[in-house]
Amino acid sequence: MTSTAPPTARATPARRRRTPRDRGMNRAFRLVSTGSGALILAVLAAVAIFLVARAWPALTTPGAEIAQDVGWFPADASFLSFVGPLVFGTLLAAVLALVMAVPLSIGIALFISHYAPRRLATALGYAVDLLAAIPSVVYGLWGAMTLVGFVGPIWEWLASFLGWIPLFEGPAATPARVMLTAAVVLAVMILPIITAVCREVFLQTPKLHEEAALALGATRWEMIRTAVLPFARSGIVSGAMLGLGRALGETMAVLMILSPGFLYSFAILQAGQQQTIAANIAAQYADAAPIGVSTLIATGLALFVITMAVNMAARAIVARRKDFSGAN
Amino acid sequence: MAQRIDVKDLDIYYGDFHAVADVSMTIDPRSVTAFIGPSGCGKSTFLRTLNRMHEVIPGARVEGTVAMEGVDLYGDDIDPVAVRRQVGMVFQRPNPFPTMSIQENVLAGVKLVNKRISKADAADLVEQSLVGANLWNEVKDRLDKPGAGLSGGQQQRLCIARAIAVKPDVLLMDEPCSALDPISTLAIEDLIAELKQSYTIVIVTHNMQQAARVSDRTAFFNIAGTGKPGRLIEMGDTGTMFSSPTEKATEDYISGRFG
Repeated sequence: MTSTAPPTARATPARRRRTPRDRGMNRAFRLVSTGSGALILAVLAAVAIFLVARAWPALTTPGAEIAQDVGWFPADASFLSFVGPLVFGTLLAAVLALVMAVPLSIGIALFISHYAPRRLATALGYAVDLLAAIPSVVYGLWGAMTLVGFVGPIWEWLASFLGWIPLFEGPAATPARVMLTAAVVLAVMILPIITAVCREVFLQTPKLHEEAALALGATRWEMIRTAVLPFARSGIVSGAMLGLGRALGETMAVLMILSPGFLYSFAILQAGQQQTIAANIAAQYADAAPIGVSTLIATGLALFVITMAVNMAARAIVARRKDFSGAN
Repeated sequence: MAQRIDVKDLDIYYGDFHAVADVSMTIDPRSVTAFIGPSGCGKSTFLRTLNRMHEVIPGARVEGTVAMEGVDLYGDDIDPVAVRRQVGMVFQRPNPFPTMSIQENVLAGVKLVNKRISKADAADLVEQSLVGANLWNEVKDRLDKPGAGLSGGQQQRLCIARAIAVKPDVLLMDEPCSALDPISTLAIEDLIAELKQSYTIVIVTHNMQQAARVSDRTAFFNIAGTGKPGRLIEMGDTGTMFSSPTEKATEDYISGRFG
């Protein structure tokens, strides 16, 4: 509000003392926040420009020429037919991880926010946060050395009993350096961030709405379904998107676990079928010729575009029911 | 439909804190009973024990009996969820579910009990409940719009429609008008007068004129001091309570010589 009391002899000095400083602070704060907003845009633009500029040679050179200099580039491929399976593999890994992690995260978050006694909830919250602090190399090691051996028999069982589903088509590879194993590790890695976001949103459900549901004769689960989950919808989507972003870009864990292949294949129990963009960049970067580096950066550009597209799609989903979001 | 409630020697505790002491009263069916008293005297807490909503707060417990038509609500085999279906509640601040449309809000409680209600039955029930809450004419053209888009008074009537849609026996109202403007308040008070034809209504209010206008019987609660439990001081016909109360404390409070 800008309206001030009529200036009286007593009010004037107080106003003089306060207003200029307030204005100064106001301006400083506005500059800082505008600057931060502009900075993030600038960084994003710089990354995009870098990617496009460095990817340009690969995008404009015919595939056959790239293949002459770069050993791992298939001779009869164009850039698009090279990057296609990588995009597919990346999306497959991320979606599998998300399918496993999101329900589990919602369950953990609900337990922490609405079911567990307070002390257990606090302890569990710390434990989940701790999971987020483990570096991805460690996850990769754990996945490659322990998990691969552990899930092997389970995957074999899946292949023999559910093999008629294309996803689980056998024979299951031994050792289980396959997409499903990598996706399990990715799911564990993105679990903490999704859980943390969900937990915070669940805790912010207005008491008013929870009580409204309970007073109508809702059981605890019905109360969660009528009051908590609808309120948390956009928060859950945001959490899932943060997780998806991490899963899309995750390098080390996939690199260390997955036996790569370049096929459009849904066989997640077989080795040598898929590869992700990030893991492929890390695997090939060290001994790549200049045109090879440019090709890898072009695949990075593809990852950048995918991530942006996924995020925009998620925002659109959330915005579609904006009137019902409870934000008013 | 409407049922009589007998409360006998009720004590309410939050952990070690003795919140309300030794309340006994009878609440008549098809009437409006108002609870008045200063802030913190335990009238809202007591109201919440009538549908076991106080149990939402960890550590809350009661001693004594609350009997509805002879059945103790705190009996061993009584499920609080079932009690709350029988005893509806309207809160101080309007709380329609923000993610639901007007129609979904009205049906929210019904859907918990009867998941397969037919479209026609649902539409009938929505109309009947909204008519019952004096809101039908204002919202009949926008039943699929968000309930949170209504004005405060309309939202509160929507909450009343939601509460009566499950056909409870008793309707509890915890200061239902304290967040509303005078015109909306009037609309709710008119509604209360109509609803008492078919329900037992208990209302907590800070507004003494409101208690005098809407209620048949009035109960005055008071508290001796901070940390002491609230007590029921006096209960009687509203006319008598406001003209010639028996207790000095009641007279002081009603005439404004107190807190």
